[in-house]
Amino acid sequence: MKKLITLTVNGKSHEVAVEPNETLTDTLRYRLGLTGTKKGCEVGDCGSCTVVMDGKPVNSCLVLAMQAAGRTIETIEGMETEKGLHPLQEAFVEKGAIQCGFCSPGMILSGKSLLEKNPNPSEAEIRGAISGNLCRCTGYQKIVEAIQSVKSE
Amino acid sequence: MMAHFSYVRPRSLKEAIGHLAENGARVHAGGTDLLGCLRDQVFDVRKVVSISGLSAMRGVEQVAGGGLRIGALTTIAEISEHPLIRKHYTALAQGASEVASPQLRNQGTLGGNLCQKPRCWYYRGEFHCMRKGGDVCYAAGGENQFHCIFGSGGRCFIVHPSDTAPALSALDAQVEITGPGGLRTMPVENFHVHPEDDVLRETWLERGEIVTAVRLPAPQASLKSTYRKIRARRAWDFALAGAALALELDGDRVVDGRVVLSGAAPVPWRSLLVEDTIRGKTLDDRTIDAAADAVVKGARPLAKNKYKLPLFRGMIQEELRRIHQSAGADG
Ligand SMILES: Cc1cc2nc3c(=O)[nH]c(=O)nc-3n(C[C@@H](O)[C@@H](O)[C@H](O)COP(=O)(O)OP(=O)(O)OC[C@H]3O[C@@H](n4cnc5c(N)ncnc54)[C@H](O)[C@@H]3O)c2cc1C
Ligand code: FES
Ligand code: FES
Repeated sequence: MKKLITLTVNGKSHEVAVEPNETLTDTLRYRLGLTGTKKGCEVGDCGSCTVVMDGKPVNSCLVLAMQAAGRTIETIEGMETEKGLHPLQEAFVEKGAIQCGFCSPGMILSGKSLLEKNPNPSEAEIRGAISGNLCRCTGYQKIVEAIQSVKSE
Repeated sequence: MMAHFSYVRPRSLKEAIGHLAENGARVHAGGTDLLGCLRDQVFDVRKVVSISGLSAMRGVEQVAGGGLRIGALTTIAEISEHPLIRKHYTALAQGASEVASPQLRNQGTLGGNLCQKPRCWYYRGEFHCMRKGGDVCYAAGGENQFHCIFGSGGRCFIVHPSDTAPALSALDAQVEITGPGGLRTMPVENFHVHPEDDVLRETWLERGEIVTAVRLPAPQASLKSTYRKIRARRAWDFALAGAALALELDGDRVVDGRVVLSGAAPVPWRSLLVEDTIRGKTLDDRTIDAAADAVVKGARPLAKNKYKLPLFRGMIQEELRRIHQSAGADG
């Protein structure tokens, strides 16, 4: 039986009816149309479903929508401002850290959370922060460089 | 796709325990393990009982007598970053920081980490193996490179996946359990079930019981504790071999100590043989080599996991050498 919950997503409050066995990934993608959050493995392996919940990156495929009720969610769609792309998004484009792009939303949210906590991370800290995000294309080096380039500005 | 279930989020521990007394009800903490099990249809649930509303179960507090009480809903990330845990219970902070990925540490809880299900691919797969009530352990003659070298009882060859449990066991922690019969505590060391005692369960929790906290004894200045985990890749991975050591030192002499292995057995595996070998001894080369012999003594590797023997030997040597060196540096 569906239940009505309130989610704050990218600063906007939504009332949505969700099933008990529905994941936050599915609520974001299919009920709110926010398809920037990707569905890869759905078991916590790949990080493509990463969103920021109450200030911390989590795998939305392992969060029940009901569990997210009343909480604050940030997705990749929330990063762009009226001024345009977020500096970290710009850096990913400029450094060639995006190939197929499937991992990028999760990668960028993990990177952004790191930079907010630690504006000057070492390479090891960057690699640690994105260790829950798999990329099949780039070999990670360009992603590390993109995150690094934002810190040095 | 997960099967259908109902979802409740009780406001009190008593109410949660009431729900959990029902057939097919299960605790939901962070959900990082539970949802994977439900998706892979490892078991069925009819009612998911979220304990995330029980805020008294979250956080770390100092208790009378100087020990720590860590609520079962405290996240793994909070534990790995907590200043008192990092300072006085290093093995636990290190164990927590070795768990999974940043995302999973943000969401996963300590209670869930202790109660998580094994990662054996036959158990997680479609096989009706012994741990699911079948007659066969498919790992015994199958793909067993990540399975145990101790403690199978000849029945089930899983390794316990937790990185916090070995550290807690080495630090002589207690689990606090609340259920229909009230509160009880037991050493973390005895909390997990050996396959020969019951192959169908991983912990001694009875129906309706919840892990509410973990208690650590008062810190001792002479206690040095570490957790080491060897894995196949640098990104998230479970332990191929690991060890938590908590040694009471007098200079570089081991007064007493507890050594608990991960990646070795279906339960966090206390290595009494290593403890006996190093107790009362100075950590010189002879003792360290004897400890390396002791850590694999009695091991019964399977066809594909013999590589674990040199791994455990080398790891114990390295860890003891490091402790010896830092004791020398302090004294
Ligand atoms: C990709 C991946 C990698 C991982 N790597 C590691 C690793 O390297 N090391 C490691 O240790 N773990 C690892 N894990 C397991 C990870 O799920 C746990 O570490 C996490 O701490 C579980 O906590 P949770 O709150 O999410 O548990 P949940 O999923 O909510 O619960 C897990 C189980 O415990 C029961 N339970 C939960 N809390 C309680 C309680 N308080 N009382 C009674 N029963 C309870 C639930 O009913 C369920 O059966 C990994 C998981 C994934 C998906
Ligand atoms: S889809 Fe969530 S971690 Fe892969
Ligand atoms: S760019 Fe393709 S997976 Fe990372």
